[in-house]
Formats: sequence, structure tokens, C-alpha cells
Amino acid sequence: MHGFYDFVSGPLVWISFILFICGSLYRLITMAVLAKEKDPMVYAYMDFYYAIRSIFHWIIPFGSVNMRRQPAMTIVTFAFHICLICVPLFLFAHVILWKESWNISWWFLSDGAADIMTMIVIGSCIFFLVRRLTRPEVRYLTSYSDFITLAIVAAPFITGFWVYHQWIGYKIMLIFHILSGEIMLVAIPFTRLSHMIFFPFTRGYMGSEFGAVKNARDW
Amino acid sequence: MAEPALKTGEIFDEGLDKGIAKLTPEKIEQVVSSVLANETGARLRVYTDTCVHCGLCSEACHFYLSNDNNPAFSPAGKVKQTLWEILKKKGRVSPEFIKHAAEIAYTECNLCRRCSMYCPFGIDIAYLMLVIRRICHKLGVTPQYIQTTAHSHAATLNQMWVKDDEWIDTLMWQEEEAQDEISDLRIPLEKEGADVFYSVIGPEPKFRAQLIYQAAVIMNGAGVDWTMPATPGWDNSDMCMYTGDNEVMGRLKRAHFEAAMRLKVKRIVMGECGHAFRSVYDMGNRWLTWKMPPIPVIHALEFYHDIFKEGKIKIARKYDQPVTLHDPCNVVRGRGLHEMSRYVVNQTCEKLIEMEPNREHNFCCSAGGGVINCGPPFKNKRVEGNRTKAEQLFVAKAKGAKTVIAPCHNCHGGLEDIIHHYGLNMELKFLGDIIYECMEK
Repeated sequence: MHGFYDFVSGPLVWISFILFICGSLYRLITMAVLAKEKDPMVYAYMDFYYAIRSIFHWIIPFGSVNMRRQPAMTIVTFAFHICLICVPLFLFAHVILWKESWNISWWFLSDGAADIMTMIVIGSCIFFLVRRLTRPEVRYLTSYSDFITLAIVAAPFITGFWVYHQWIGYKIMLIFHILSGEIMLVAIPFTRLSHMIFFPFTRGYMGSEFGAVKNARDW
Repeated sequence: MAEPALKTGEIFDEGLDKGIAKLTPEKIEQVVSSVLANETGARLRVYTDTCVHCGLCSEACHFYLSNDNNPAFSPAGKVKQTLWEILKKKGRVSPEFIKHAAEIAYTECNLCRRCSMYCPFGIDIAYLMLVIRRICHKLGVTPQYIQTTAHSHAATLNQMWVKDDEWIDTLMWQEEEAQDEISDLRIPLEKEGADVFYSVIGPEPKFRAQLIYQAAVIMNGAGVDWTMPATPGWDNSDMCMYTGDNEVMGRLKRAHFEAAMRLKVKRIVMGECGHAFRSVYDMGNRWLTWKMPPIPVIHALEFYHDIFKEGKIKIARKYDQPVTLHDPCNVVRGRGLHEMSRYVVNQTCEKLIEMEPNREHNFCCSAGGGVINCGPPFKNKRVEGNRTKAEQLFVAKAKGAKTVIAPCHNCHGGLEDIIHHYGLNMELKFLGDIIYECMEK
């Protein structure tokens, strides 16, 4: 038990961070090289101003027509993504770990706020699951991998919530928490979670095509 | 996940059915791998990896909305049934699968790009459908009617099998006709160094010759120094772009640009056609590795806007019926000409009643992207697949609009069918029709 804990909280952390960072760089660089070779137009038409203009409209809540048409989805999506990124970065317990290991620290969330934000992430995952199962147009596109991806994202938050509240078996749950966080990190570059690293490029490219070439808005 | 069969009704098409009869699984696999390996790259990979299967693109598509939100018609649903399967099976798919994929890519998607404005990631679904069309073209599985026009392009450099002398004859005939109205009117052929090289689509000389007449009257009235070529290269249309025959698309655009270059004109002005504009301004030039067209290309809407701005045309009497304006995808989402067309409409018509949604968000006519060119076998599906447009037109009609202005040939054809099928009883016009009717001559 202690041996396994030491393993997931020691070497596996290193491995997962290395895989996450190097994997993300690998995906970005291989795609950039592939684009240079096979889609050189991407470089020709990519336009910084119009890329930013499009990205800006799509990272502001209700900044696009479709977001206004789907208010529930918009609110949930934004709340989900904000909490998903902020909680792991600014959770007091995580900041302490950085402090202990590297002697670096930064601003952190109050425990109460983090707790609410965690519930928002879990609630959002349930919303996405229900939406996937009940909306025919989403269900039609769904494959098993979509449920697995959703589980990968939800797991660190469910286990983290469990551990924080010290519910039964929380010591084992802590191991699951660390492990699931590591799985998620590693999954980002190699699954559809890679939309995190590719979003600026796909949106930016469409923004450039619409803005610089086609003189039109894409939101 | 298993899902129920959502579509019923088999359509027989000579091109698709005879096309797949010649296929073997090995041939399919070989063609698919060659297209994927040699002609696609980062865009295809990133677009398929990034799609989170959220379904938010669905409501962008008139096919989806008009088929009672049938998910098989949603943009991502079409990608799922075609590209995802092909990628998952690494091209090991059956000839029947290819027929189904061809039917989706050629007849259930107008490549109107509305979905790219609804996808949070800006995934270019039209591009993914074009990849499927490219594969089908290389497999020889294309709907017969559109393939006939592609053959015409390959053989004659125009879409309608118009022979070289027939083209010149048609122009001279229209010049003569117009001279009855305006005695000194000319359609100047082969005039070197003219300001404007006016190009049209194959169907204009073939069965809408009066549009050439009207264009001549407008050019004449505005005092434009213009010309038309007496050689191939006069046709700016391009069905090969839509069948997936990129090689012939390149030949067509080269002939078009070269005809303009040979005449040393300052710019190309195109008639009211959307797909031709896409071909010259967006796709064909890229195939020829021109980032932007080698010579300025001006769509009719922009040209009209300019001559009205410069006061070169005077209106004798404004068009008095209330009008509504259709925004064609290839010149609005494809060029942002929507404010210019509104300017011209306001100059020429008493009252413009907007249809909703409009501008970049307008619904497609369901004829574009080569869909109408796939002909009668798919007509019902096309017209019934755009009830949304009928509803949109109906609302404009209820607000008082009597005439629909559709400044694009494909939109014209599509809206004509929709107006007829749904009994909307609205008049349909090109913007050039209105200008011709209302201008001081």
C-alpha cells in the first residue's frame, strides 16, 4: 500500500508530466511539420489578427450565435472548463505540494470555493452524460470512447472530492485520485482531449479563412 | 454504438450504381489510402481528432432541420457515416458503403460552410465532405448528371457542351437583340486592354442568354470599358471542383485566368454566380498555387455596388414590389458581399424585407455545392431537405415580400424549386434583372 502510494505520487507523477508536456509538444510539432508538408495553405492563410478575433469571440461566453442559441450548454461548458482548469492549479492542497517539492507557490482558492467548483465539474460531467444519452443528434455521434473520455475527466474530481471530505476509504481513494489525475494528463495529448491544444489552431485557422480571405464573420 | 437505420428509400443513379459495380474492396482500399496519404494531412487529422462529438453543428444544417432533426443529416453525422468509418476501417469498406458515402457527400451537403460557424472549434466540415468526394471521384463513383457536366468541362472547357462558334454566335445574337433597344450597344469581343473582362457560366449562353443581354445593357449604361473573350476560358463555372476532379478544375481556372491575361484586362468581373466565384477566388486558384487570384476577381454584386456608388447608373423608377434578399453562401460566407448587395437593393427597390436569419447566417438554398447538378434522381430529397428555406421565405412573404432576389445561379435554381414545391407563389429575380428593369437606359 505505502509502496504503491510512493510509486503513484513519485515516479508516476514525473512520468505523467513528462508524457503530458512532451506528448503535447510532439503532437503540435508533428502536426506543424505535417501541415508544412501537406497543407502549406494553412501557413499561407493563417492571419494573426483574424485568428485572435475569432478565438476571442469563441472564448467569451455567449460571444457567438450558436452559444446564444444554446444557453444551457454555454453556461455549463464555460463553468466546466473554467473550474476544470482552475481547481487543479489553485487548490490549496496542490499548491502545498508544489511548495514542499519545489519551494514555489502561488495564489490559491479557499477550500470552500474549490469544493463548489469541484461540484460544478462533476455536475457538468453528469450534464454532458445525460445530454449525450438523451439528445438524438449527440447520441448518434457517440461511441464508447466518448464515455471513456468523460470518465477520465470526471474521475480526478470525484475522487478528489471524496478525499477532501474524508469519506470512507479515502486513503485508497487518494491513490485513485492521484492515479486518475495522471491518466487525465497523459490522455490530453493522445485522445480527443487534445482539443485543448488544438483549439487555438482550428479556430484560428477558420477565423483567418473567414476574416482575411472571405471577409466574413465566423461566430 | 449500434443505431437504428434512419434513412429509407433507395435512389437509383446510373453514375453511382454502375460506378460501384466496377469496384473491388482492394481497389477501394488502394484509392482511399492514396488519397489519405498523398492528398490530406494535418487538417484532416486535427479536424477528426478535435471533434468532441458534441453535436452543436446540427442546427446549422438545413438538411438536418428540414428532415425533422434526423441526426443522420447533421454535419457531424454525415462525417461519421463517411470519413470516420473510412478512417476506422483504414479504407476497407464495401462498394455499397462507397455508394452511400457518395450520396451523402454529393447530395446531402451543399458545402455551404454554415456549420463551421456553429462548431466551437471551427472544423471545416465542407472540406471533409470534399475529401469524400475526391475519393469517390477517384473511384469513378459520381452522380451521373454532375459527371456529364464535368465531362463537358474536360472536353470543351465549358459546362454545357457549348461549341466555340456557338459561343460567339450567342454573343452576337444577344448584341443584335439588344441593339433593338439601344442602337449603339456593343458586346466587345477580344478587346485588348479593356478594364473589365466579363465572364459568365456555361448555362448563360445555353439557356439564359437574356442575362448576357442584360449585362451588356448594364455595362453599356454604366459606360464600362469591357470585353468578353471569343475563345474558351469564357466560362467561369466549375462542376469539377464539386465532383472532386481537381485536375480539371485546375485546367478550367488556368484557361479562365489565361484568357483574361491574354486580353491584358485590369480585372475579371463575374456574373451572378456563387459557385463560380468560389472556384475562381477560393478553390481553383489554390489548386494552381495562387494564394489569391492572379488578377482581381470581382463578383457581380461588388461590381453593381461600385457602379452605383460611383453614380454610373441612374434609376428611372424603383422596383415597387417589396423584395426579400437571399444571401448566397459562396459570396457572403465566401466573400462578405452582403452589405454591398443590400446597398444595391436599397438603391433599386422601394422596400427590402429581411429574411431571418440573414447575412452570414442565412440558410443555404440547398442547390449549391453541385447538389442541384446531381439532377432529377435527387431532386425530391433536395427540395424536401430544405423545408427550412421555405419556412424562412414564408415568413418574409408574410411580412409583405413579393419578390425574392437571389443573386446566384444555383440559388436561383434551388429557390425556384422550393417556391414551386411549397406553393409560395413568390417571384424570383436576379439582382441584374432588377437593375435592368429599373435603370435609365
